[in-house]
Amino acid sequence: MTYLARRLVTFPLILLGVSLLVFFSIRMIPGDAITAMLGTEAGLLTPVQRQALAEYFGIDQPAVVQYGRWLWGVLQGDLGLSVTYGKPVLSIILDRFPLTLELALLSMVIALGVGIPAGVLAATRSERPADVMVRILAMLGQSTPGFVIGLVIIYVLSVYFGFIPAMGSFASLWSDPLANLGQLIFPAITLGFAFAASVTRISRASMLDVLSDDYIRTARAKGASARSVVWHHALPNALIPVVTLSGVEFGYLLGGAVIVEQIFALPGLGRLTLDAIGQRDYALVQGCVLFIALNFLVVNLLVDLAYAALDPRIRLGAR
Amino acid sequence: MYTKLSRTAFAGLAAALLATAALALPAQATNLRMAWSQDATGLDPHAQTAFSSLRLLELIYEPLVRNDTNLDVVPAIAESWEFSADGLTLTFKLDPNAKFSDGATVTSADVKASFERLLDEATGAAARSNFLSIASIDAPDDATVVFNLSQPDAPLLVAMASINAAIVPAKAIADGSVATTALGSGPFVLDSWEPNSREELSVNANWAGGDIAYDGITISVLPDETAILASLRAGQTDFALINDPLVATLVPNEPNLQLNAVPGLAYNVLQLNPSRPPMDNLKVRQAMSCAVDRQDILDTALVGEGKVTGPLTMPAYASDPSTLFCYEQDLEKAKALMAEAGVDGFSAKVIAATGEPPVASAEAQVLQSQLAEIGIKLEIELMELNVYVDRWLAGDFDMAVALNGGRTDPYPMYNRYFTKDGNLLKVSNFTDDEIDSLLQQGRVETDIAKRKEIFQQFEARLTELSPWIWLSTSNIYTAQLKTISGFESSATGTLFGLTKVTLGQ
Repeated sequence: MTYLARRLVTFPLILLGVSLLVFFSIRMIPGDAITAMLGTEAGLLTPVQRQALAEYFGIDQPAVVQYGRWLWGVLQGDLGLSVTYGKPVLSIILDRFPLTLELALLSMVIALGVGIPAGVLAATRSERPADVMVRILAMLGQSTPGFVIGLVIIYVLSVYFGFIPAMGSFASLWSDPLANLGQLIFPAITLGFAFAASVTRISRASMLDVLSDDYIRTARAKGASARSVVWHHALPNALIPVVTLSGVEFGYLLGGAVIVEQIFALPGLGRLTLDAIGQRDYALVQGCVLFIALNFLVVNLLVDLAYAALDPRIRLGAR
Repeated sequence: MYTKLSRTAFAGLAAALLATAALALPAQATNLRMAWSQDATGLDPHAQTAFSSLRLLELIYEPLVRNDTNLDVVPAIAESWEFSADGLTLTFKLDPNAKFSDGATVTSADVKASFERLLDEATGAAARSNFLSIASIDAPDDATVVFNLSQPDAPLLVAMASINAAIVPAKAIADGSVATTALGSGPFVLDSWEPNSREELSVNANWAGGDIAYDGITISVLPDETAILASLRAGQTDFALINDPLVATLVPNEPNLQLNAVPGLAYNVLQLNPSRPPMDNLKVRQAMSCAVDRQDILDTALVGEGKVTGPLTMPAYASDPSTLFCYEQDLEKAKALMAEAGVDGFSAKVIAATGEPPVASAEAQVLQSQLAEIGIKLEIELMELNVYVDRWLAGDFDMAVALNGGRTDPYPMYNRYFTKDGNLLKVSNFTDDEIDSLLQQGRVETDIAKRKEIFQQFEARLTELSPWIWLSTSNIYTAQLKTISGFESSATGTLFGLTKVTLGQ
């Protein structure tokens, strides 16, 4: 069996494990959909009323039965109905996912676009002022929490420029690309900032490593220009740890950057999941987590394939 | 050649300009842009009780009667009403102009079906407990509804002024679409709803209540209240609900913004659990009441936003707080009471929900330091709202910092906690014969002056027995651009006042 096929076979097993974990852990949290909807007024319900609502929310059966029913549905491509939205879970997720995907890609572009050149610059000017500057900035970026940057951006924009990305009325990429970019650029910068800092640090370290390798010395001895040595000989090899980092980071972003989506009021996957947990919308939580897990698996697989493309010495699946 | 070309270009440009102008016109449909941090949790007016859900549904549905800004009962779907002399029937005449947004007239059959649905246990309506005195409903003609009662029930009319008693179409009940499609007779129609993201409302042309000066409302859910403030500041939101008093205090600093604050009916309270020692001892509870400095809690935890209150928060029934038991902090008396009780300090856990209300944890901390003065050590347990609600409903706490909802009438506000068959007796763990009897007397008494007297006795007795320590009411806030005018705030927090708003330029 090829490496790819073997990896694909393990996917369903991992997803099954994730679903079990989520299904039973969310039911262990106190509070159900009824108290989430009625709050303290839930105490005014008679036992008959409570039973009727439990049937409506589908929480009247033992958890094992509920799981069996849910899993049977999932196998047929039906992730269940969300009780807060009154719509199929899958359609809600697919509705919200493009935004999260776009945000993740945009953050990634910012992070790699800033991080790699900065890292290379720092590595080639090791221990000189430029290097120190880059390292200080990277430290700052890594140690500042995303929500602080987000709030500072909102504050500065609204107070000093009387401007703020139009929040709450989200324009999709297809309907109004310009407005869409205007709404996503600041959240993307917020997310990309810390990500760029990590990319900078990793690419700097890895570049320094590679630059001391024998084959670089050989390239230099053969008279390759400094520029060519750095960008053509060293960089592809130095990128491997960057790819690993980006994979993990991208998978995380696809899970929805909850806090940033919350601050900028973006209707993405992260906020969807958080709200679903708050409202004990079990089917929606299960669907979202399963979807996020699948994203992680796919991204990890792509990262592994990218290794092989970057460094032919790595042969996947070789024992 | 040159002139011809430029003329064509000019014509083209003009055409383009005209086209843009034409396109721009419908886009200028004047919508009120509104923001709030918590979205509605569902569309069934009988099943929803969350503050945020009620605020949305009040714009779409109508009950028979509603409260005006003075909390008096005024007509909504009903034009007039009358209790019989023995108080056993309540007859409504419906407004012949009242129509659902699909154009169908609201008839007595809709009213009858709505109340029967509300009373059906399968609906799961929490407000059902307010309507249990309804024995049967008659609809002699299309515009008359008669409620036959099993006993006189003065607060019934007030209970009907809630959106939880909204009239929904009989046909929507029959086909089971109440929870999924909002079809009401209120001022607005819900065009689209994306939970936790946005709502689009347009004016209901069939609304009997009058004209509205704009075309609709766009509601955005901005979960972070500082972001709501920023959005107002940047002029991207016209009108917003604010929960956090800290954010509200920042609004007046902005030259283009106006803050509307009105004392609400909901009250902040420290609930004791009188079934657990030593709180089962009256003297200990009284000592705690005397040890608490209510004004200090208000000033520090609630940044002074609100006012000290007794159990009754509606202005028509409330007593002057200074006449209530130990409403001025009196540490000497508190210590003496503790000594009398033979209790030399104790430790207890107090539960509080994170962020609900936003000031809960600050309140708990101030209480912790105040009660420490008489040797009571409080340990604060902060938890997520749903977890808190579960513990609270089970009565599983020593003490609880709570923000309890108010009612415009004292009976429905407290019968659930303090009468012997109240549904929330498990939460209060407290009954008293006199309290019980006063509540029953107040329920059947229809004379307003006599009711006030009864409830003043009730309030004095309740604060003296101190099962709970009532602290303060909070303000209900809305913030708006100064270009908006005409909004009337109400102590119930309703946004019905938006129907009178005009958007200036």
